[in-house]
Amino acid sequence: MHELSVTQGILNLALDAAHGAGRIVAIDLMVGELTSFVDDSIQFYFDILGKGTAAEGALLRIRREPASAVCGQCGHAFRVGAPLPPGCPACGSSHLRITGGSALRVESIEIEDGDSGR
Amino acid sequence: MEIPVVKQILSANDEVAAGVRDALAQQGILAVNVMASPGAGKTSLILATAAGLPARLRPGVIEGDLASTIDTDTLTARGIPAVQINTGGNCHLDAPMIRAGLAHLPLAEIDLLFIENVGNLVCPAGWDLGADAAVVIASVPEGHDKPYKYPGMFAAADAVVLNKADLVAYFDFDLAYFERGLRMVNPDAPLFVVSCRTGNGVAAWVNWLVGRAKR
Repeated sequence: MHELSVTQGILNLALDAAHGAGRIVAIDLMVGELTSFVDDSIQFYFDILGKGTAAEGALLRIRREPASAVCGQCGHAFRVGAPLPPGCPACGSSHLRITGGSALRVESIEIEDGDSGR
Repeated sequence: MEIPVVKQILSANDEVAAGVRDALAQQGILAVNVMASPGAGKTSLILATAAGLPARLRPGVIEGDLASTIDTDTLTARGIPAVQINTGGNCHLDAPMIRAGLAHLPLAEIDLLFIENVGNLVCPAGWDLGADAAVVIASVPEGHDKPYKYPGMFAAADAVVLNKADLVAYFDFDLAYFERGLRMVNPDAPLFVVSCRTGNGVAAWVNWLVGRAKR
């Protein structure tokens, strides 16, 4: 359900950035692997919320920021997934810090114009 | 034509949260975002904490629930000012809801504001409410694996309370395993093992909270 308010945020940012310059054909998003946002769900809400706006029908291109951690003991940096590992794969320490995977950003938008090649 | 944007999707919420934080700071109010799954004991901990506060720290509560005024009724019956926010299906509170809720509370009579979030270990962690601290409550019957399964929630905590400690013998709850999982995602937050039913351990949590109060 929380995808609805997030999707409204995406739409608002995209419309602001387009500034009435033209139809928005695509929106690039960066969504961290550790966030609880489901791609299909965001696109589903976007298709409804975007109706009647300059972003109607826009494609959401969602890239996933990998989840990563760094060991506070030995400094080893590594990729993680859920469930998180019980300790550092290099030294076994449980003193880990999550360093990536929580992104939730609009990176760019693509506006329909002469040099879009479409 | 590509237009770079690079903006946080929740920036609209974050701006309202910053306004809430400023408004609370001006009033000298410490606000605590209380998050947990349904039934972990959010309202119970608020009631137990309110009973243990020194008289100079007067509590108030913003209650978030999908529906009903059950929790607000319980709180106001104890003389604690409370306002109910029914999210109508939304799974978390957001900053605009807090801003709206503040308008219905006697802020001059409140020193410590508890914001009881919707019972959920997933999305409430993603929304800044303008609170000064986040406390996550886990409870023994939920099992010792919660920090492993909901890392985002436990990583967001400034303090973690493990409630229903009086039931530990009935649930094969492995406290060391729980704490290992917690430390993986959150090396620094203090862990308070309490029972709101017996009152055991509540004083240490209250002391931590009182130490953060602004007056």
